[in-house]
Amino acid sequence: MNDRRVVVTGLGTINPVGRDVESTWRGLLNGVSGIGPITLIDASDLPSQIAGEIADFDVEAFMPRRQARRMDRYAQLFWVAAREALNDAGIAYEHGDPAAYRTGVVVGSGIGGVATFEEELTTLLKVGPHRLSPFGIPKIIANLAGGQVSIDFNLYGPNTTAVTACAASANAIGDAAAIITRGAADVMLAGGADAAITRFAMGGFAQARALSKRNDDPKGASRPFDANRDGFVMSEGAAALILEEREHALERGATVYAEVVGYGMSADGYHVTLPRPGGDGAARAMQSALDDAGIVAEQVSYINAHGTSTAANDVTETMAIKSVFGDAAYRVPISSTKSMTGHLLGGAGAIEAVASVLSIRDGVIAPTINLTDPDPECDLDYVPWSPRNVEVQYAMSNSFGFGGHNVVLIFAAP
Amino acid sequence: MERTEIESKLTDLLVDELGIERDDIRSDAKFEEDLDVDSLGVVELLMALEDNFGVKIPDEEAEQITTVGEAVDLVEAKLNG
Repeated sequence: MNDRRVVVTGLGTINPVGRDVESTWRGLLNGVSGIGPITLIDASDLPSQIAGEIADFDVEAFMPRRQARRMDRYAQLFWVAAREALNDAGIAYEHGDPAAYRTGVVVGSGIGGVATFEEELTTLLKVGPHRLSPFGIPKIIANLAGGQVSIDFNLYGPNTTAVTACAASANAIGDAAAIITRGAADVMLAGGADAAITRFAMGGFAQARALSKRNDDPKGASRPFDANRDGFVMSEGAAALILEEREHALERGATVYAEVVGYGMSADGYHVTLPRPGGDGAARAMQSALDDAGIVAEQVSYINAHGTSTAANDVTETMAIKSVFGDAAYRVPISSTKSMTGHLLGGAGAIEAVASVLSIRDGVIAPTINLTDPDPECDLDYVPWSPRNVEVQYAMSNSFGFGGHNVVLIFAAP
Repeated sequence: MERTEIESKLTDLLVDELGIERDDIRSDAKFEEDLDVDSLGVVELLMALEDNFGVKIPDEEAEQITTVGEAVDLVEAKLNG
């Protein structure tokens, strides 16, 4: 261990609930659902015809069209969230600025440019390889969101990408914090994005039996911990955080939202899509994060659950919380903001980190909406429907991904 | 096809397909230096030329093009040659 501590000094997001941090937070506290019928693609033959879209996203309001058409939508969304986070932290570098070389990026994305992949594959099959776009590959690869922001915002430090599915941006935040702790950078832009409301992704996730088919009730479809949940709701979006070495932040008078104190990881080693029954893997990740933070479960004031609204996750996560927290499991407030945002896949860990950090700043927890009839196996305090005022000292954020990746972050009041 | 028609169609392609400012497009404008079209952009331009003018441009001929005027020359030669 060394004495380099990591704090959060900037936030950004664009998602179905809000187009920036403050509108998103207002929406989450007011229980606003971002879910609606799919309009971005023809969904008429898809089992799941609902999603959290950013249907009004006008990329040319943020960058020239010439640049936008070289980027997949997932990278465009990350770019927008990154710009907000950098502005919020008051970070802007000219080319050659020495501080730019001490500032890096870790992005998480579940599947990268899947819309571009579909377009290019269609061209390949219908026309042939000579008509593939020269920008196809750079648009598809999942590390280009990180590459692009390093180009446009002059961030020349460590730059990498996590692709651990729905845990990707939680990994991005934890890995970015570790890069600062070991002294390889002073500032890190960390977050994630996905834009997978495409026919291939929606069809594929549906075949994996992961998506809600509550097509007649979009706003009621993401209902974590409820007995009538039937799968997650696909959403697109991005979130980004500025992480900074604490002394570096204090010296430049930055606003400090929270400190990153715990990072735990584990693998289920069980199944490609299903969590290990009983939640042993998730529990070990939670315990590992607590140990990293040097706290005990009773000290956690709030858990932002993975809470996907799938049959398997919500029961398994509940069991995992019980096994780690013991009796305290029944006292700690837990909520799933996915009830409102839907599931941003690779953006989920980051937007939930934003919600956790803001709960520390404002002393209020966003609710779990649509929790009308709790699953008997989900018998904890999920803060149904209404926000709750709680002074949050430690916020835990859970993220679990296909492949059995379990990632847990703990944020502390500054 | 008249040369002026080729020029006007090419200008539209550069604006619509590559996102270049219309005012920057002149006959002697160099793709890389003046119009900021990188090597990937040149590939995209050639594809657009082939699609929109119905011509076939081999790589070795494509590599000779550096200005807007030269692109017009090449298309004109292909169409009328």
